Amino acid sequence: MNAIEIHDICKSYGRVRALSGVSLEVKEGEIFGLIGPDGAGKTTLFRILTTLLLADSGSASVAGLDVVKDYAGIRRIIGYMPGRFSLYQDLSVKENLEFFATVFGTTVEENYDVIRDIYSQIEPFRDRRAGALSGGMKQKLALCCALVHKPSVLFLDEPTTGVDAVSRRDFWNMLARIKASGVTVFVSTPYMDEASLCDRVALIMRGGIIDSGTPSKIESEYPYALYAVKGTPMYPLLKYLRTADGVLSCFSFGSVHHLAVDPSAAGVGEARQKILSDIVSAGFRDCDVQEIRPGIEDCFMYLAGRSRQN
Amino acid sequence: MENVIEIHGLTKRFGSFTAVDHISFSVRKGEIFGFLGANGAGKTTAMRILCGLSVPTSGGGTVAGYDIVREPEKIKRHIGYMSQKFSLYSDLKVWENIRLFGGIYGLSDREIADKTSEILSSLGMADVRDSFVASLPLGWKQKLAFSIALIHEPDIVFLDEPTGGVDPETRRRFWELIYDAASRGVTVFVTTHYMDEAEYCDRVSVMVDGRIGALDSPAGLKRTYGAEDMDGVFRILAGRALRKE
Amino acid sequence: MKEFLAFVRKEFNHIFRDRRTMLIVLILPVVQMILFGYAVRTEIEHARVDIVGDMSDPEVRRIVGRMDSNRYLDVQEVLPSTGFISSRFRRNESDVAVCFERDFGTRLRKTGTGHVKVVGDGSDPNSAQMVVNYVMGVLRSEQTEISAELSGSESSVAFTPSVQLMYNPAMKSAYNFVPGVMGLIMMIICSMMTSVSIVREKETGTMELLLASPVKPLWILVSKVLPYLLVSTVNFITILLLSRYMMGVPLRGSLLLLSVVAVLFVFTSLSLGLLISVVASTQKTALLLSGMGLMMPTVLLSGIIFPCENMPAALQWLSHLIPAKWFIIMVKKIMIQGAGFPYIIKEFCILAGMTVFLMTVGVRKFRIRL
Repeated sequence: MNAIEIHDICKSYGRVRALSGVSLEVKEGEIFGLIGPDGAGKTTLFRILTTLLLADSGSASVAGLDVVKDYAGIRRIIGYMPGRFSLYQDLSVKENLEFFATVFGTTVEENYDVIRDIYSQIEPFRDRRAGALSGGMKQKLALCCALVHKPSVLFLDEPTTGVDAVSRRDFWNMLARIKASGVTVFVSTPYMDEASLCDRVALIMRGGIIDSGTPSKIESEYPYALYAVKGTPMYPLLKYLRTADGVLSCFSFGSVHHLAVDPSAAGVGEARQKILSDIVSAGFRDCDVQEIRPGIEDCFMYLAGRSRQN
Repeated sequence: MENVIEIHGLTKRFGSFTAVDHISFSVRKGEIFGFLGANGAGKTTAMRILCGLSVPTSGGGTVAGYDIVREPEKIKRHIGYMSQKFSLYSDLKVWENIRLFGGIYGLSDREIADKTSEILSSLGMADVRDSFVASLPLGWKQKLAFSIALIHEPDIVFLDEPTGGVDPETRRRFWELIYDAASRGVTVFVTTHYMDEAEYCDRVSVMVDGRIGALDSPAGLKRTYGAEDMDGVFRILAGRALRKE
Repeated sequence: MKEFLAFVRKEFNHIFRDRRTMLIVLILPVVQMILFGYAVRTEIEHARVDIVGDMSDPEVRRIVGRMDSNRYLDVQEVLPSTGFISSRFRRNESDVAVCFERDFGTRLRKTGTGHVKVVGDGSDPNSAQMVVNYVMGVLRSEQTEISAELSGSESSVAFTPSVQLMYNPAMKSAYNFVPGVMGLIMMIICSMMTSVSIVREKETGTMELLLASPVKPLWILVSKVLPYLLVSTVNFITILLLSRYMMGVPLRGSLLLLSVVAVLFVFTSLSLGLLISVVASTQKTALLLSGMGLMMPTVLLSGIIFPCENMPAALQWLSHLIPAKWFIIMVKKIMIQGAGFPYIIKEFCILAGMTVFLMTVGVRKFRIRL
């Protein structure tokens, strides 16, 4: 059985189309990442799955329960962490946790083993008001509150947005441990680099899924040859490459530019040499060209561009 | 080369908590200066002081040639500011936003009219001139906000996580706007959580526990810390933090 | 049940940890009472008195002279008949008229009683009442002196003053404001505070979490309502104590009946708060709605300040829709007239009907989804 099944879900707010025909399947026990920019429809999909919103059309189920008919059943077995920090700022860490445990008809003691890993990190501050916690600790508390009733599916809506690189890594380590305990994790993020930490991902843009599958499957389907190009100065190099013959796209990626060319046009070694000699003769210094494997971000940009054309 | 920001021993205390602890640095004209740090390292506090929004407990310096303690109002006239959280009024139309901010910075009607057509044509947004900002895609909003932050031709523009949540292509197009501005001589002071964006900066400072943990070009930092990319540098430096946010 | 208790405990924590809320909840009744009690009752000096009566009558002359020497009263004119009073009031040339019956002095000496009518300008009931009280004070002291002179013993002579407030025949009493303030405060505490506290959860996103949990939405509501029910009980007691011992307003009727009526009104206000929370999505909207949408009409139309009887027909009709109006009428009847339940059945039923209606709509509209 799939933990989550989504069939052709559509949702509009007035004239604004938030989701248009989204279908997905999330397997039990996996970390599934919904990856896309703000405004792509991630939160809307989350709210439909957590029974907070009704879709205009289509159907969805969580743990075999229909999101419309069995909403009460779903509410009992899911954990949900909304995008914003949504706990009671004026209650202490302990009070928040106990409150949410009671809401789900359980106690902190009963399920302590589920949250021990994370809670032990904030337990020294258990009498502090949630509002006075730092960002990272608030996040841990919110995660504890979402986990305290031992949910079978955990929904995390953009848990790492606005969080620094180090805390993000910590958070993903926690998710890996939660997954190990058998919980299905459905997580959304705008950060493409987090795709590699998921078992499977769906890329979402303007309310539509542009691709889904394991990160390696998505990467393997990238149709172009990709080169990492370096040269000084970088910005003029970018502009130069975009106007060069046979270049399909060129974008900066950290310290290099990623250059996509049609792989059928020339042999791999030849293409590399051609680019290198081109940019050297154009007067750029410290040049280097390497063929590279595409990452999720390359794929996203390619797929988003393709879906925009369709 | 001329420095547009010069800071000496800047300190900000909140009670017994030292948010910013004796930081000193300078930013050159036309430079893209990346200002990194973990959540709670003191970035926001430091940036508020530089923008003239907060007075340092001790230390001082100049921004755009004005003293940050004595002349914060003058600083505000000569800098641009854009953040992810607040940038434009979503219930005003595109041209109304441009007129509003032009007016705030004391531009004449004529200058505002010129700037409006200049901004709209350079962003390719002439068609949405009369649209409400709320109806624009996030990427467009951010680009428009950036152009409006530059409407009064400031010496420095402060960007606080300008690309948060934006799709990968728009994020890169945004950085191309930053490059363009920098090539026109505007100094860009930018914070980000995307480590690949740190690579696009001329120099990067990483704040750790209220101090400047490191300050160098991205290449220099990677060499010093033996890291493959800026993410590695950041993790080494932020990992040294004693203060837990 | 355990879930429910956890909710109630949480609500109390919210209230007790928010100093501003606490301040509003506990200090507001006292401030309101003092404001209405004293600020509204401004001192009146040099009230203008017209006289209707035979100035050749020595007793009349004597009383009029006494009035004129009173520092609060200035005698203006002697009118030939009572028919002139209303036009004097309308032109704002006089505040009160004192009318002596024909042959006042003669009758007083002969029969021991004399009729005096005091007519106040009821378009401003608070000050009119005060002026009338000054006049009555003078009459009473005169009565004592005259009867002492005439027979050497007190109370053998009696003026029988009748008081009439023109334009305001319902005769607003000076402590008219106590029931009004009671209604107002219950309204504020219950509707404003409940709506704000529900909407706050919407705004901070915790409502999203609660709705995504198995807890029944009705419990969320009841747990929101219960603490404010208790808080308003405290307020109710405070107001009663203040009105009894500070303002000297008696409680003539049954305390039990008054409490029942108050509880009913609390439920009315809570359901109004619930309705507001359904409509509003931010605390600001909730405040504006309860402030402008509830408070203003309550203050203006329920008869707290402006007597309903003086309103144009359309506004009078509108005032019937204000729940506080019916509550205030009941409280007045119980506290001041000492009326029992049979005398307030009509108002009670109207208010109860309103409450059931509002409560049903509010609970129905409270959505199980976002």
